[in-house]
Amino acid sequence: MTWLHFLSISITVWLTLLFAFTIVPAVLGVSIGIRRLYLRTLLKIFEWATLRMEMEAKEKNQQLYKPYSSGIIVKEPPLSLQQGIQELRGSASCLHSEPEFEIADIFYFCRRGVESIVDDEVTKRFSAQELETWNLLTRSHYNFRHISLRLTVLWGLGVLIRYGILLPLRVTLAATGITLIIVLTTLVGFLPSRELRFFLTEKVHVMCYRICVRSLTAIITYHNRENKPKNGGICVANHTTPIDVIILANDGCYSLIGQAHGGLLGMVQRAMVKSSPHIWFDRSEVKDRHLVAKRLSDHVADKTKQPILIFPEGTCINNTSVMMFKKGSFEIGCTVYPVAIKYDPLFGDAFWNSSKFGMVNYLLRMMSSWAIVCSVWYLPPMNREEGEDAVQFANRVKAAIAAQGGLVDLIWDGGLKRAKVKDAFKEEQQKLYSKVLVGEQEQGDNKSTEEGNPEEDKSCHGSANGQ
Amino acid sequence: MGSSSSNMNNIPDGQQLLQETGFSAAHIVRLYERFEFLDKDNTGHLRPEDLETVPDLDKNPIGARIIGAFFPPGKETLDFGSFVRILAHFRPADSNRARDGAQQEPANSTTGKLRFAFQLYDQDGDGKISRDELLQVLRSMLGLQVTEEQLQCIAERAIQEADADKDDAISFDEFRKSLEKVDIDHKMSISFLR
Repeated sequence: MTWLHFLSISITVWLTLLFAFTIVPAVLGVSIGIRRLYLRTLLKIFEWATLRMEMEAKEKNQQLYKPYSSGIIVKEPPLSLQQGIQELRGSASCLHSEPEFEIADIFYFCRRGVESIVDDEVTKRFSAQELETWNLLTRSHYNFRHISLRLTVLWGLGVLIRYGILLPLRVTLAATGITLIIVLTTLVGFLPSRELRFFLTEKVHVMCYRICVRSLTAIITYHNRENKPKNGGICVANHTTPIDVIILANDGCYSLIGQAHGGLLGMVQRAMVKSSPHIWFDRSEVKDRHLVAKRLSDHVADKTKQPILIFPEGTCINNTSVMMFKKGSFEIGCTVYPVAIKYDPLFGDAFWNSSKFGMVNYLLRMMSSWAIVCSVWYLPPMNREEGEDAVQFANRVKAAIAAQGGLVDLIWDGGLKRAKVKDAFKEEQQKLYSKVLVGEQEQGDNKSTEEGNPEEDKSCHGSANGQ
Repeated sequence: MGSSSSNMNNIPDGQQLLQETGFSAAHIVRLYERFEFLDKDNTGHLRPEDLETVPDLDKNPIGARIIGAFFPPGKETLDFGSFVRILAHFRPADSNRARDGAQQEPANSTTGKLRFAFQLYDQDGDGKISRDELLQVLRSMLGLQVTEEQLQCIAERAIQEADADKDDAISFDEFRKSLEKVDIDHKMSISFLR
């Protein structure tokens, strides 16, 4: 009897606390500040832990090396192919007045090739970034060793807290959030008055997203909110994880665009559509670029509809860089509102490595991290300028997002995660090298080949799937 | 990643590689991580396809040859030891490393680096770069950007300059001689972070 009593009381207390401290503020849109306090405490603990590890290692006289977040090789300022080869030849006192082939030229390509085997800019973007301090999660510490009893105890405590307290709490919240969104959006969908529907939809959506955000213990800082996306435009952001959607939708109403799924996700999608205009495509329709473009422009033309949220990279990148934007969304010709999202990986790495983890596994990891901390910057709206084509516009937006978020701006296509480099890149290298060899006067002979290839040059910048 | 105590014990032939190649322990651990990263299916061996996933290598005109240097004919897999030994060629040369007479020529000496580069040209391994082999390399580096005649012309000039004994091929000594003014150590070295 007493056990039952105890259980029921603790559950009641639990639920009341939950209600008071998370759901009510979420509904009202108020923040108590518990999460920030939590973060500060955690930070202190992490720093202490890292310091201890270094001390212990020194005591035991073991070699301790800091992870090189900048790579294995010394980064030198990049030289163009021409400069690289001339530098190579300069040391060989070239006697010839006109440029020509030197046997030593191969050194240039050889060295570049081997350097890229040892460390390259692209492949490391598709795996989680490395941390300088340890955050008490073994997942971010591949070589955990028993360095000291104190640390192991602390780590064990961390596991208990995360899996025993935080995880159930978060799962409860998430379940509440999802149920609410389905129930309420369906209810709102039944209302006759259109204005009332719009008004309530916004409220319902934001409330549910706030609950979801709390279920992840996501601590988000929004900057420059005066630039928030407005109706009749497209919101464009860098993509790290499916959670990006929740992070952005927490602060405004967007129309989502994507593939129609089955199962639970499909149910949520159908419910959402009843009260506000989202764009869901069937699998077959996805391939049809024109259909997609048409639906996008129709939506955008209607000024009463919310801005569409699009992730032009097409795939999840690990949040250290921004990869090529697919030009499809930039061809429509409406205002683009860029948004930069930067996660702080110290409290929990939000990057979804889809080749390593499935969705459920990923969510589990998210919910058993300490917290998800991120910053969102709203950038001033951009429009396509005269004489600028979609690709240039896309690159301009990408550069702005990269600059704001402190990310590296790469020209590479995120599709490289799964596919190989197009031949056009290799041809470009060959072209550059031939210019060095045969010099400028031979350009006349090569002109015909160059004119024949302008389409190929364009496709070099375009994407494999063209969207 | 957090910090770790020296886990050379996990690395196959770790100690031996330390001595043989002259890489520091930190370098070897770091290279092992890179090896594991490239080894997508965790077999402990690399295959040519694993190296082909590096985009920068893919766009390199002689990328295929460089991969070939890691996988000599007949060998389909690359273990970590071989990986490091080949990369050792690209260590900057150490001038004051003590050597006893019986020790082999270190991989990162000037001769070692030259041999590596020579191997890239000399695909059939007969010790000479024939005119055909030179043409093949030129074709890789230039693609379709030059005509066949231009290619022949370039190859002709290159052979004439380097070929001292007029046997229409470039031997390793002739190769070395034609490069005596090039700062091999600098051009064929990768500066590893300390």
